[in-house]
Amino acid sequence: MSEVKNIFLIGVGGQGTILTSKILSKGFLENGYDVKMAEIHGMSQRGGTVTTQIRYGKKVFSPVIEKGTADIIVAFEKSEALRYVDYLKKGGSLVINNYEIQPYTVAVGMSSYPENVLETYKALVKDVLIIDAFQIAKELGNTKCMNVVLLGALVKMLKLDHIDWKKLISEIVPEKAVALNINAFEKGYKNN
Amino acid sequence: MKSLMSGNEAIARGAYEAGVLVASAYPGTPSTEIMENFSKFDGVHAEWAVNEKVACEVAAGASIRGARSFAAMKHVGLNVAADAFMSYAYHETNGGIVIITADEPGMYSSQNEQDNRYYALFGKVALIEPTNSQECLDYMKYAFEISETFKTPVLFRVTTRICHSKSVVEIAERKVFPLKEFVKDLKQRLMVPANSKMRHPIIEEQRLAALRRYSNTCLLNTVEINDTKIGIIANGVSYQYAKEVLGNGASYLKLGMTNPLPDKMIKNFAAKVEKLYVIEENDPFMETQIKAMGIDCIGKDLFPAFWEFSPELIREKILGATAEPTYTTDAKAPLRPPVLCAGCPHRGFFFELGKYKDKIYFNGDIGCYSLGAGGTLNALDSLICMGASISAAHGFQKATMLSKATTYQKVFGIIGDSTFFHSGITGLLNSVYNNVPFTTVILDNSITGMTGHQENPGSGKTIKGEVAPAADIPCICRACGIKEENIIIVDPYDLEASKAAIKRGYEATEHFVIITKRPCALLKPVIKQRAKLKCQVNPNKCVTCKKCLKSGCPALQLGEKVSIDGESCNGCTVCLQICPVHAIEKVGE
Repeated sequence: MSEVKNIFLIGVGGQGTILTSKILSKGFLENGYDVKMAEIHGMSQRGGTVTTQIRYGKKVFSPVIEKGTADIIVAFEKSEALRYVDYLKKGGSLVINNYEIQPYTVAVGMSSYPENVLETYKALVKDVLIIDAFQIAKELGNTKCMNVVLLGALVKMLKLDHIDWKKLISEIVPEKAVALNINAFEKGYKNN
Repeated sequence: MKSLMSGNEAIARGAYEAGVLVASAYPGTPSTEIMENFSKFDGVHAEWAVNEKVACEVAAGASIRGARSFAAMKHVGLNVAADAFMSYAYHETNGGIVIITADEPGMYSSQNEQDNRYYALFGKVALIEPTNSQECLDYMKYAFEISETFKTPVLFRVTTRICHSKSVVEIAERKVFPLKEFVKDLKQRLMVPANSKMRHPIIEEQRLAALRRYSNTCLLNTVEINDTKIGIIANGVSYQYAKEVLGNGASYLKLGMTNPLPDKMIKNFAAKVEKLYVIEENDPFMETQIKAMGIDCIGKDLFPAFWEFSPELIREKILGATAEPTYTTDAKAPLRPPVLCAGCPHRGFFFELGKYKDKIYFNGDIGCYSLGAGGTLNALDSLICMGASISAAHGFQKATMLSKATTYQKVFGIIGDSTFFHSGITGLLNSVYNNVPFTTVILDNSITGMTGHQENPGSGKTIKGEVAPAADIPCICRACGIKEENIIIVDPYDLEASKAAIKRGYEATEHFVIITKRPCALLKPVIKQRAKLKCQVNPNKCVTCKKCLKSGCPALQLGEKVSIDGESCNGCTVCLQICPVHAIEKVGE
């Protein structure tokens, strides 16, 4: 089903992947697309990997993305795209948040954090965007809006300008955080 | 109005629109959000029951009265509820009743992968299986109609992918029904042998036959004829995967009602296609029955009877096509297993418990504290099902004593507050009554944690946030017969106190109970209260001995020295108490 687009978000519990996917899927729905979204709940709050898959198009059947068919992968933590890079289609895009979260398994020597992750991505995939979303969010005054910085970058990469994302952000985030998140979105969009 | 809903939200909405008045559930992944969403509607009774059996009985009572009702649970919950389910299935039901089972192919958060469709066959009731969120909503309404038309409970089976995937749903208005007339009728409702004996042939010969006729004609089962070289019979999310991969290159018999199976439809469909595949996750539930009809089909010879399916699995098995990998790398992301949260009250106690791992056999239970088994804590040895921590500890202790075994002479049964209410109390009562001396640990964090904070009888609130009497755990233990002097309550953040309590439990000669009392670190009031409390490492004092890392706290980071992530630390001080060189300091008030 070539007309269906596939977006794959990966992060670590608590990074706000769910909010990002909520804004995206609402945007697609309101613009007349069929949308399906798959998340796995359960133990994700406890420091585990969190994935959200969004598929949109004229008609979507499977809620999950097949390997080798994602149009874009967004890693909210820089090593996490390694886990799912085989889901990216040939010529697909990679957005990497240059931000590291070390799991306790590294501290106690049960696993190791890979070296030169960014170089690995660059050597592997042609269309890679590395973004310091945490730093951008910090400069905006609240690291929590890191997810919306990444949303801005994704919108630019996928050329989704026909959808009014700022309106959607203002409808979804709490009122007092609207200005912050719109700034975050713009910063993420321009950094592309 | 169109909106995007998870299967669980849509089930709740469907129940609401179908006029459900009373609903009861026990939380369990992937079913939890059904009741959470249902509780937001006005004019309905929604509740967290203490366990699934109780939930099922509450729904049955409302159904007898003539109201529409449902009970929701995860797959293993239906084992707990099975007595009520199997016996209410003998009644001539009054108000519509739907039992929702959320199965877990893939076991994201479960101890087994059982296929609960057999419960419909076993209980001789109708079985409904939606394939997306819109069907979750629509089929709930059908389920109530089926229940009332055929006077039977209906089993509504969903899986993790259906529960937690979101898709487009169109909602409608709620229809409110008056109570169905309730007439006292012992023959239909008093299941003593004389009456049950009369009910059984009616169920076998009338109800099941009528349901099968319905299954062959109802809108829940649909045929789509395209290319007839390949025929697909599929249920649930497997249908969506097949349609994704094969599109119009195959013909489909999509089954939304899978017990009784529509035998005539299946025979007609099979006659039209060249090669027939049955695609179903878990067991060959449909395949076995279809083969028994004398129809040749391909099922579990090709598809596994375990784990989740995927579009690529169907592509590979039916089309024989394996796509070439697009991008691969040898670089690996670090392991991120689920772990007790920073500031989790279970950590300190498990840290001290682990020191006894060669002397004590730790019998665990279902909840966040199952994570006490992993990583650096090593403080759990087994886990069966809810409540088994206490009763299996009882059996282990008795066998050890009688055989005069020299290893693991002491047993601890370790259980959480919600699980204790669910099915731990009966085990404790049994142990005291049968005079088996071991130690029960009740980790009381005042909430049902693993499933994302649901109220329980100990938390002092209902699902709707209304104030409720908080059950008193020490008082329940005393009522079971535990002596006052054999109950100790400790703050699990306090390592010295935890150590002393464990020592007493280890040395006790009678049944001993340790209650650790400290609310979950992720509860909103706790986060607010502790927002400014932090621990930090003085790098001049840290000798990088890594002893603190043995706590397994995810806030601890290792560089040249140990450091503590200020965002996640809540100043619980477990690491501070472990540090032998006093390099960790407490900051904030």
